[in-house]
Amino acid sequence: MNKTIAYLDNAATTKISESVLAGTERYLRESYGNPSSIYSLGRESERAVMKAREQTAAALGCDPNEIYFTGGGSESDNWALKGVCELMRERGKRHIITSAFEHHAVLRVLEGLEKKGFGVTYLPVYEDGAVRVGDLEKAIRPDTALVTVMYANNEIGTVQPIAEIGEVCGEYGVIFHTDAVQAVGNIPVSVKKENIDMLSLSGHKIHAMKGTGALYVKSGLKLPPLIEGGAQERGRRAGTENVAGIAGLGIAVEEAMGCMAEKNASLLEKRERIYDAVMKIERTRLNGGLERRLANNLNFSFEGVEGEALLLQLDMKGIAASSGSACTSGSLDPSHVLLALGLPHEIAHGSLRITLSKYTTDGEVDYFLEQLPPIVEKLRALSPVWEKIKKV
Amino acid sequence: MIYSEKVMEHFANPLNVGELPDANGVGEVGNAKCGDIMRMYVKVENGVIADARFKTFGCGAAIATSSIATEMIKGKSVDEALALTNKAVVEALDGLPAAKLHCSVLAEQAVKAAVADYYKRQGVDPELFL
Repeated sequence: MNKTIAYLDNAATTKISESVLAGTERYLRESYGNPSSIYSLGRESERAVMKAREQTAAALGCDPNEIYFTGGGSESDNWALKGVCELMRERGKRHIITSAFEHHAVLRVLEGLEKKGFGVTYLPVYEDGAVRVGDLEKAIRPDTALVTVMYANNEIGTVQPIAEIGEVCGEYGVIFHTDAVQAVGNIPVSVKKENIDMLSLSGHKIHAMKGTGALYVKSGLKLPPLIEGGAQERGRRAGTENVAGIAGLGIAVEEAMGCMAEKNASLLEKRERIYDAVMKIERTRLNGGLERRLANNLNFSFEGVEGEALLLQLDMKGIAASSGSACTSGSLDPSHVLLALGLPHEIAHGSLRITLSKYTTDGEVDYFLEQLPPIVEKLRALSPVWEKIKKV
Repeated sequence: MIYSEKVMEHFANPLNVGELPDANGVGEVGNAKCGDIMRMYVKVENGVIADARFKTFGCGAAIATSSIATEMIKGKSVDEALALTNKAVVEALDGLPAAKLHCSVLAEQAVKAAVADYYKRQGVDPELFL
């Protein structure tokens, strides 16, 4: 295995923070009690879960009783969408509005709901990488049950007009869910101010453990249980809690909130440096706008270069990044996100996503910027597509 | 996804890369929409593939199959080159992940396309041989 010299794939997952490790070890070693047990060992675990619930609620600006811990972002998305549609079907509402570039944890669920008789409207995504509230307003119907639009896109990092969407949903009395897996901990989120009814978040994107996440459900919304068989998570998501994971999520969320401004300033500096250097490579484009975008994300396309080959070359140099190339997804189609932006297939195949974290060093950035240009050049030298592009 | 060492070897240091100025057969298969384009050049002398080169836009497997396919037909008779199967390409690479088998098919097709072009240039209907 190659040694990883530069880890630039923090939208895929992140390193666990020291404070999460230090703050959760005791729930694995000593305080292993079941939070449902009455004795002190159990109560200690229960307190850990309660604390994490408070920390998570504080980050979102909601009540702790509106937080439900889950096994991750995909589970939260699945639960929110399937649950709310079950609820709304009884009320004769069978229409859902979403965006064309949601995460597959949303899109696949909606495809399933379409087979069960729901109609889905996919809002277009513009070149800047955002949906338009005007399109949403036009799409709302009397039978619209739900609007689900992600907070920030996982491939291109563009932030959606969430507060405006929340306002429109409030006006029309439509339930609003947002997949905020990439947003929580990276930009300020306020479910009350932004009129969000349900929000999905994940732990491992913000330096907590994999397999941890939460769903915010506005109080009063009678979301059907996901798992039955116990009183955990107020009877809606039964099963003994992942105490260490939940405690870690709470710590990570609190930590992210505490250092957000400072972290983003430092990320923006690095991002600008990468942007300036990479755009010097000829026939390179940035996918999505720079204006309303997460400070840790850049997504480029290099004409005439195929993404998987690029990733493998980078990996051989110890650089971890990601691509929207079909070859990395196991399907023949390139990233639906890049296609939604209107990119032609061949450009979408040549994309490279770079995502930073607070642990990304200037040394990693320097190393990446040094290694990338010769790799692009090498792949272009053996690309028949590049040869044709050059002739034009 | 895990590639065999052989695939990585051919991806990292592909053999026979580039154009062949005096090629007498050139074939291109695949399309950019699917993410793979393979162009193969052959130079046929006295019924033997004296030299072969390629240019490929595509994933690691596409580059590796191009590299090994050119290597496998060099020095072989035209008939032998036409007999190259995608299965033989996969075996020579110590296997390919299932999602990448189409790259070996592409390599086989690229060889056939280059030889067909050679026949055409000789005024022979390639349909008779392919």
